[in-house]
Amino acid sequence: MSVAPAEVEREEAGLDAVPDTPWVTIVWNDPINLMSYVTYVFQKVFGYAKPKAEKLMLDVHHRGKAVVSNGTREAMERDAEILHGYGLWATVSHDR
Amino acid sequence: MSGGAGRRKPGRDEPAYGAPDEEEATGAFRRSRGRVSARFSASQAVILRNLVSQVAELMRAAAAYPGAADSAAAAAAAGPSASQDPAGGGDPGLSPEDFAAMIGAAGPTSPPEDPVLARLLPDAYRDDPEAAGEFRRYTEQGLRSGKVAAAQTVLDTLPAEGGQVRLGPEDAQAWLRALNDVRLAIGTVLGVTEDYEDELEAASWADPRSAYLEVYHWLGYMQDSLVRALR
Repeated sequence: MSVAPAEVEREEAGLDAVPDTPWVTIVWNDPINLMSYVTYVFQKVFGYAKPKAEKLMLDVHHRGKAVVSNGTREAMERDAEILHGYGLWATVSHDR
Repeated sequence: MSGGAGRRKPGRDEPAYGAPDEEEATGAFRRSRGRVSARFSASQAVILRNLVSQVAELMRAAAAYPGAADSAAAAAAAGPSASQDPAGGGDPGLSPEDFAAMIGAAGPTSPPEDPVLARLLPDAYRDDPEAAGEFRRYTEQGLRSGKVAAAQTVLDTLPAEGGQVRLGPEDAQAWLRALNDVRLAIGTVLGVTEDYEDELEAASWADPRSAYLEVYHWLGYMQDSLVRALR
């Protein structure tokens, strides 16, 4: 494992992107998790570059939630499971 | 979300100057030579070890969900299993419970009623109890044991009498998660908001809640410094 978070860009999963598959992982805001930590987790788990991870973190913070990844249901459950391991409040749902 | 380091450094009881018998003052995590390190006072070590131990105990407890006590009792009532009695020469076959545990399908399907447990072991589906239950059945045990392992790493690397802690990459990741779990537990119990620092500043010394808020604040400060040291 590397100390520095991997800066490998994973496939774009922004809010405006049209996903190929109708499942998404959502992270919800909570008053406890640190902004720096949440950004770090997004970089570490998804390999997102820091600006993208930071934008997603701010979306969670200001809008109450953000879609952080999309894909098959199995992949989204895997993402949620990993995020729960980091203590983030993540859920899986159908994209609307 | 919480801003982190905040407006003020934690630890009102921390000496402004390092104690004479200490090489350096206690404080934030720093990166040096590929590792991260921080120095803990004896009282800080006692507090943190105590808190991570409590989280580990909570995660080990089997009776956290309805029906768990029953299945645990049933497993105990089933008597010594083959694994506990290898010299007994009995049938080494697995019971259905053993098998279910092996494939990770023996977990609970309903969310914990305790708010701390519910926060540490959240539902993965918001409006679909059935899907949430299925997810929980297959993931909760792994989630619990991961949190126990992270807590154990802290106990293994933080001397009870305090002192310098130096962490390699894997141990640092475990510390990050363990500190977060402890903060989630305390923050949930205290019902903190994002503006807890205002409350902390306004709190009276006579208010026992302020002592817990102070610990919560210190944990956030340490976690934030660890994140920054790892970047």
